[in-house]
Order: sequence, then structure tokens, then C-alpha cells
Amino acid sequence: MLAYALKRLVILALSLAVASLVIFVVVEVAPGDPASFMLGINARPDTIAALRAELGLDLPVHERYLAWVTGMVQGDFGTSYTYRAPVAQMVAERVQVSLPLALYALLLSTLIAFPAGIFAAARRGKPGDVAVMGATQLGVAVPNFWFAMLLVLLFALKLRWFSAGGFPGWDDPLQGLKALTLPAVALALPQAAILARVMRSALIDILHEDFIRTARAKGLSRRQALWRHGVRNALIPVLTIIGLQFSFLLAGAIIIEQVFFLPGLGRLIFQAITQRDLIVVESVVMLLVFAVIVVTFLTDLAYAAVDPRLRGRR
Amino acid sequence: MSRNLILGTLLTALFLGAALLSFLWTPYPTDTVAITERLQPPSAAHWLGTDHFGRDMLSLIMVGARTSIAVALVAVGIGLGLGVPLGLAAAARSGGWLDEAIMRMNDLIFAFPSLVIAILITAILGPGALNAIIAIGIFNIPVFARLSRGAALSLWRREFILAARTAGKSAPRISAEHILPNIANLLIVQGTIQFSLGILAEAGLSYVGLGAQPPIPSWGRMLADAQTMVALAPHVAILPGLAIVLTVLGLNLLGDGLRDRLDPRLGVVRT
Amino acid sequence: MIPSLVSKYLGEREGQRPSHLSDRTQSDSKPLLEIDALSLAIHDKPILKNLTLTIAPGEIVALTGESGSGKSMTALAAMGLLPQGAEITGALRLDGTDLCALSERRLCALRGREIGMIFQEPMTALNPVQRIGAQVAETILVHKAMPRGVANARAAEMLARVGLPPERVPPTRYPHELSGGQRQRVVIAMAIALRPKLLIADEPTTALDVTTQAQILDLLRDLVREEGMGLMMITHDLAVVSEMADRIAVMKSGEIVEQGETRRLFAEMRHPYTRQLFEASRHRADLPEPRPDGPLLRVAEVTRHYPGPRDGLFRPGQPHIAVNGVSLEVARGERVGLVGESGCGKSTLARAILGLEPVQAGEITLGGAPVYRHGKPDRAVRRRVQVVFQDPYGSFNPRHRVGRLIAEPFHLLDDPPRGPARDAAIAQALSDVGLKPEHAGQHIHAFSGGQRQRIAIARALIIRPELVIFDEAVSALDVRVRAQILDLIADLSRQYGLTYLFISHDLSVVRGITDRVLVMRGGEIVEAGETETVFDNPAHWYTKSLLAAAPSLPRPPGGGPEDDPEPDA
Repeated sequence: MLAYALKRLVILALSLAVASLVIFVVVEVAPGDPASFMLGINARPDTIAALRAELGLDLPVHERYLAWVTGMVQGDFGTSYTYRAPVAQMVAERVQVSLPLALYALLLSTLIAFPAGIFAAARRGKPGDVAVMGATQLGVAVPNFWFAMLLVLLFALKLRWFSAGGFPGWDDPLQGLKALTLPAVALALPQAAILARVMRSALIDILHEDFIRTARAKGLSRRQALWRHGVRNALIPVLTIIGLQFSFLLAGAIIIEQVFFLPGLGRLIFQAITQRDLIVVESVVMLLVFAVIVVTFLTDLAYAAVDPRLRGRR
Repeated sequence: MSRNLILGTLLTALFLGAALLSFLWTPYPTDTVAITERLQPPSAAHWLGTDHFGRDMLSLIMVGARTSIAVALVAVGIGLGLGVPLGLAAAARSGGWLDEAIMRMNDLIFAFPSLVIAILITAILGPGALNAIIAIGIFNIPVFARLSRGAALSLWRREFILAARTAGKSAPRISAEHILPNIANLLIVQGTIQFSLGILAEAGLSYVGLGAQPPIPSWGRMLADAQTMVALAPHVAILPGLAIVLTVLGLNLLGDGLRDRLDPRLGVVRT
Repeated sequence: MIPSLVSKYLGEREGQRPSHLSDRTQSDSKPLLEIDALSLAIHDKPILKNLTLTIAPGEIVALTGESGSGKSMTALAAMGLLPQGAEITGALRLDGTDLCALSERRLCALRGREIGMIFQEPMTALNPVQRIGAQVAETILVHKAMPRGVANARAAEMLARVGLPPERVPPTRYPHELSGGQRQRVVIAMAIALRPKLLIADEPTTALDVTTQAQILDLLRDLVREEGMGLMMITHDLAVVSEMADRIAVMKSGEIVEQGETRRLFAEMRHPYTRQLFEASRHRADLPEPRPDGPLLRVAEVTRHYPGPRDGLFRPGQPHIAVNGVSLEVARGERVGLVGESGCGKSTLARAILGLEPVQAGEITLGGAPVYRHGKPDRAVRRRVQVVFQDPYGSFNPRHRVGRLIAEPFHLLDDPPRGPARDAAIAQALSDVGLKPEHAGQHIHAFSGGQRQRIAIARALIIRPELVIFDEAVSALDVRVRAQILDLIADLSRQYGLTYLFISHDLSVVRGITDRVLVMRGGEIVEAGETETVFDNPAHWYTKSLLAAAPSLPRPPGGGPEDDPEPDA
């Protein structure tokens, strides 16, 4: 188990190193001179020179990369050119919205999908299954941001149960949670539809396995066999999807923030793009990729927890 | 033919037809503004109403279908064109350095959701439909690479591949002659699903301004424009979304129907 | 303290059980299981027809027949685990209670407690993510027969009973940490944890090696005798049946064609089908006299190992040695057998000879030319050897037609026949194996398993290789088809003077089709010699144990001729 975890940890470190290199090359090397790019075509040469000095562009490429990475490791993400503020501080504020939103959505999605998937698998081919599958077929096809707009239309504008957008902060956690509820539901339902389908088909595959027949021969009822032997084995493919979904939810959160005017990473990054603030773009992208890689690592660990066959390996 | 297949084919044909038809004819021109007719609800003259510039919604949706389908189709093409050869090569050299390199590269790409790739490209090159194609296409590569590698690996263990090897055939030749035809069904089904995911992704990117730019109509942009007018004229927000839902639904049903028809045991992944 | 608790619960049923059952209970005592005019149809397709059979306590009754005869369905019917759409008539009485009339809930209460079942495939019969002790204890817990602590102790005891003592195989192990034979023991422990009255074993040893098979059969026999259970044993292997069963029922297409006490049934064999099965099972092909003519294949000190699973993060683990310094020679015109249990390296060796697996040490030459030149297989040498694989269903690309399939080895020729010459070669290859030239245009799925093996042989012979490797080529076939394929090989030997290496785990098959035999164990050849000599007077202990473990058929009634004419299809 330890060897397995260590190997995953090495892969995690390598992925982070390569990902940071890719991002660095794309943002700081590919466009030519980042300083003149950020300032636009009408910039005066002396302003460009000043920015170059500020960004340390005079240094050789590899030193700049090392400086960027070591800075990040120490929590220094550089200074935003447009806001004149430390990027780390701006990001920290925004993460307080985006990360809870993604996690909230992941939780909702799992809470909806597991029972739905198990319910459908247990009633395969019966009306309950057909209804759940029909609903998920529709859910998979719905773009989350459009679903968010419909939710706003119904619950904020017509029923006035929720506000149409904005975020009051975490001073009152309940109010904060309430403000994130519609966005989280919008994010979660389409993902839940996918997850429920995966859960169902994984379970149905497993119900055809020999060991389910063995369990039935021991005297377990169909339902007992499904719960005691099916669900845990089905978790193996389901975990893969949950891991992948996190990156979709994080990216989706960025889009959903646009619908609800939430002050999250999405707002930050789109402003940064329009203002050509490469330092902010680079940092936020790195942060998102970091989150995805860490979740992949956690998924791998969860695999080993579920599947003893992995623990002994490598 | 199953119900899925019929409904899926009909919906897909409807939107493909609308997209193709829009090259020749639309009920109204989409590039002229008629402020006097703005935000009209559906009527006999404008079946689906008009937008905030007074343009005919039906015409816009028809032209928008063109953008969505083109972006998603090219992105699937990129995924198939690059991912499948990579996956087949990895399977043929299973356990070797090439396999390891290809799979690690795949993992790395999976760490960059298409939105993040689109953000990176847009930050450097500015927004545009091409960015959306590249971003979605890059994300499709590991999807197809993994799928074809997994399917090919299980085939490589089969005795008919051993027989081909004893007939002295090379790995590329076996991949082309024996592996590819046997995973074609799987690729068709997964391709349909990636197509529908591509349409969803394109809509999302256009919605946040990273995809197709005006004046090219696209469903995502129409929804972004409609956002401030939801209360005033719900149809401008509802209809383009419905177009997306029906297209994606159609493609998914088509994919499921094809899978059931071709081989119910295909291991298609849907994320 | 725990043992005493266990014994208290163990004593639960002691009173109902005959304590000693060496006195065989025959059908004259009250039957345990009574199958009465049972018919079964699944989606209106008849599967079983008017089955009547009884099993007494302590009795072993074998159901035998070829694949598709309905043996397994009979077992599932007795468990009440038939697939959906099954319609059943007649009765299946356990201790007088008709199982067909019971509700699902009552059946659940019965399964595991009154009837235990053992399946064919031990590798997949256990839940991979649950400890073996817990899986055995579940049988007890699901019936609420004992409190958890006692159930766990009982599970450990049962595992020890089936030959998995806690000091060697603790109940905390997971299935993947066990060998196939050990897993089958776990399955047996699960089935007998509550000492059911009836045990059903569906091909319980078919997936196991011959020595493991003998151990499992011994275990089952002991359990039945000691616990007084009735055992319904399903197997296609007549030799196993003849050694295990008190009574035999022979099934064919859903019907019992003949049943009776084992010795009497083998002596009489009233139904022609029984006779065909029996004769096919001990069939020996009529090989022409061998005329060895100079060396052809030479394998010298060949070693092939695979990298083992890594120990640490970067430290490579112990390599797995599949073939270890093997040397052998096959002369032109010779038919050599290679026997051994699974994992002994026989298939790896075959692949090395075929040029499919590079070797790390040693040399393989065919007619003096090395198979590998600079680590790459040499095309000119490769065309001198072809192969027939085991699986008639996996050996062909399902998308190609037969003609294209069997012509594939032409790829090895520098100047392959084209057009009419190619068609003629295909037609000739097909007629050689008893098929018609018209079959070239058909897809492979139109053919049965036996026909497919014929096509595989046609493919191997189409370029007239000097050496053919049969890698378990008849192992997946039913006995009667197997006999036909063996005869075909003998005919082709007569016609073309074949040289072949016949690889099999099945000793009796190798005996009937080879002149010389090599016995392989743990990557090494432990014994070699004339087939008859090795089988009659084995020298190495391993060969002896293999031969001792292999179940054998009784002598044919009236002495019978050694080789009977081919049974009809």
C-alpha cells in the first residue's frame, strides 16, 4: 500500500512539474515578449522596458521558470499588473467561492446519482429504471449554464426563493451556502445524470459476474447480493468518473459563476484575459491544473482503498 | 430498429439538415438588424420570435447549428485522427517506453480541462471558433487514445492476432488489418458521444466569450446575449438552449442505439 | 472459549445426521432430492425434457454429457437460480418439499442452508474485494444461524476443513492472493459452511490442473461421506465420473438417455450415445509409423524470463522464469508431445519456437537455420513452422471470410500464389481437412467449434510448413469432436508426413497422438522418452504424480478393440 501511494506521489510530482512547464512555455515563451503583449501595440518603449524589468524578463528563460516555480511553492504567485495586488491574495479570495461551489456540486451530484443508479440497476427493464434512464438521458444533454438560467428564471425571478446572483460572503455561512445553492444544483444535475448512468451500467455488469451467482447460491436475495457484493465492486469504475467529474465541475464552476455573477476564479480569469494580465491567467490556470492533478492522486488512493488487488501492486 | 436509434437519427438529421439548409436559405437574413421588431415572442411571421436586434430566432438557430456542428465535428476528427493511431501504437508496444510515454501524455492532457486549454489559447491568441476547435480537439485525443489502446490490448491477446503474427505480419499491418476493423464500432459509438460532448463544450466556450465571435451566430453566444433579457423575453434564452438539448439528446440516443445494434458489450465511456 | 461455542452450534443438527455413512445409502432409502418429470423451457426454447432423477443422502450422482446437453441448467433449476423467462413443469423435491412451488423468499432461506453449490470457474466465483473469511462467514450470517463472532470462528474452521488452515492461508486473505485450487476450496467452504443436505458441483475441477483436480475430488468425496450430504456432480469428463460417482445419468440435448449405478452402466452401456461418449473419451488416433528423417527443430539451452512486479519504487522485482535452459530436438517426421500443468512454460516455449517471443538465452534452429537473427524472427525460417491454437472461437478475425483467413500465412512467402492459383490452394486446404471449397466464401461464425478447428488446421497447413505446433488444439472441444480432430491429424500425417509438436495438459490425448513425449514442470523438461514407455514406466516423480492424479476410465466392456471407428457427428 505504501509503495503504491509513494509511486502515485512521484507521478503527482512529475505531472505537476510537466504541467507547470507547459503552462510557462505557452504563456511566457510562445507569445514572444509578454511585456509588449500585455501592454498592447500602442505602448511606449520605455513603459515596456519598465514592465520587462518588473517581470524579470531580462533574465534567461530557465531562471525565470525556476523563479516562478519556487515563488509558487512559497505561496508567491507574483503581482497582478492591472490590479497592482499580489495574485496570491486575489486568488485566495476567489477560491473561497469557486472551491466550495465545486465541492458542493460534487456532493450533490454523488448524493443524487448513487441512489438513482442503484435504484435503476435493481429494477433493470422495469418502469422505474426506464423513468430514471429517461431523466438521465435528458440530464446528460442539458448544458449546465443554460440550466442555470432556467433556474434563475424560475426560482429567482418568478418564485423569488433565491437571489438571482451575487455572493454575500462567508460571514453568515448559511447565507453563503444559500447563494451557492442554485449554482451548485445547476452544476450538479447534469453531472449526476452521467454518474447515475455509470453507476447503473457498472452495477449491471457486475450483476452478471460469477461471484454474484455465488452470493445468490449462499442464500442472499437479489437485493442483498446487489448491496453487499455489487455496490463496492461498482465503485471502482464509478470512482474514475467522480475523479474526472471534479475537473469538469471546476471548469463548469468557472462558467456558472458568469451566470450568477459570483466573484470566483472564473470572473477573475475572464477579467484577466480581457485586460491581458498574463500573470493572473498563468497563476489561475496553474492552480486549476494543480487541483485536477491532486484529485487524480486522491482518486488513485481511493481505488486502492476499494480494491485490494491494487494495494499489493508496485 | 430500436426506438433510440429512430429518435436519435431523426433529431440528428433535423439539426444536420437545418445546418446544411442554412447555407442556401434561411427564413430571414441573420445579418440585418431590425430594432423595431426586437424581442418579439413567437408568431406566424417569426415562428420562434426575434432577438434583441430584431433578428429571426429560427434563422439564427439554423446558422448557429452550423457553427456548433462544425466545431464539434472537427474536434472529433482531431481526436480520432491523432488519438486512435497513438492508442494503437501504444497497444502494439504495450509495456514499452512508447506505450508509457503516450499514456503519461494522455494523463497530462486530462489534467487540462478543455476550458483551461481554451483560456490559455485565448489569453495568447485572442478568442475565436478556432480556439474552441483546438481546445475541444486536444481534449478528445486522450479519450480516443485510451479507448483504442484498451480495446486493442484485449485484441492483441486474442489468438487470431497471434495467428497473424505467425504469418509474419508487422505490428502496424496487424493494427490496420485486424485491430482497427474490430474496434471500428466502438470508435463510431464513442465518436457520436464525443460529438455531442463537443457541442456542449462549444456552447459553454461561446457562452463565456472564448468561442465563436460575432458576427458568427452560435448557440452559446445567443444564450450569453439573452442572459440580461431572461425576464423580459424568456424565449430568447429558452430556445437556443432547447436547440442544444435536442441536438445533444439526438446524438446520444443515436450513440446508444448504434451501440445496442452493433454490439451491446462495447465499453464506451461517457464523462 | 470460542471452540466450545462453535461446537455447541455445530451440534445443532448432529441428531438429524447419520454419523457414519460408510454403508452406502442407495436409492432404496428415502431420496434427498427427487427430480420428477422436470421439463424446462427458456423463452419457449425447450432446454430440459422430462427429467427424472433421485439423489439419496450420502450419494454421489453424476450428470454427464457434452456441452449444451442441459447439465448446468439442471443444477441451476435445483438451486432455483434459473435465468429470466424460464418456464418449468414437473417437480423438484428436496426432502419432500417441491422447490418449484416455493416463493423466492423461501428459496433464499433454503439456498446455502439446505443446498450448497460449487461452480466451475474459481477465478471469478469469489468477490475480489472481500476477505475470504468474511465470504465464508456470510453464508452463516445471511441465514442468521449464529452470532457474528461464532460465525467467524466457524468460517475459519471450515476453511481449515477444506485444507486452508489459518497458519498457511489466513481468513484475512483476499481471493487474488490465492491459487485457483485454493479459491475452489474457499468456494467449497462457503457451500458447506452450514452443512447443507445437498451439494451441487458444476464442473468443479474443469478449470483446475490434474493434480489439483485430484485433491479437490478427494476433498469432495470425503465431505460427502463424512457429512452425509448428497452430491450432484456435473462434469463432461467420463473418467472423473467413473471414479467419483455412485450413480451416473447421461444427458443428451436436455434428456437423460441412460442412468444407473456406475459400474453397471459402464458394463452395459445400453444407449448408443453413452457408448459413443465412452469410446470417444478413450479414443486413440491411428497414427502411421513414424519415419524420423534427420533433425528438424533444435532448441538449445533456451531461457525466457519476464520482468517480475517491481519490489520498490524503482527496484525491479524478481524476474519470473517461464522457460529455464530447455533443450530439445524434434526430427523430421516425428510427432512429439509436450505435457505439463498450467504455468509450466509449455506455451511460452511454443511461442518462442514460433518467433513470437524473443528468448534471453540459448538458440532455436529449424533445419539448421536460427529462428531469430539479431533478435528479430527470420521470415525465411518462420515460414517453415505454423501453429493451431486452442480457442476455436478466438482464433479467427470475425470480420474476414474463411478464404482470406486460411490464406493469411501466404504473407510469409516471397511469391505467394495469386488469382486462380490462390483459390485452388484454398480449396485444396479446405478439402484436406474435410471441408468443402465453397466454405471459403463464408464468415467464420457460420461454423461449429470442431469445424473451426478444421479451418485452423487448414490455415496452418496451407503453406506446407515443415513443423506444426498444436497448442492445446483439442482442449476446448467436446469428446466426440475431439476424437474426429485427432483422427484428422492422423490422416494428414499419413497424407503429408507431418512433423508436429503437440502441446497439451491432457495426458490421455497426448498418449494417443504422439510418438515421443516431453514432460515439463516449472520451466524445465523433467522427463523425455517414447510415449508408451513414459506412460507405462514413468521415471521422474513428477510424471508419476501426474499419471497417478489423472482419473482413468474403466476397461471397456468385453475388452473391446483398442481403437474404435470414428463415431458419427
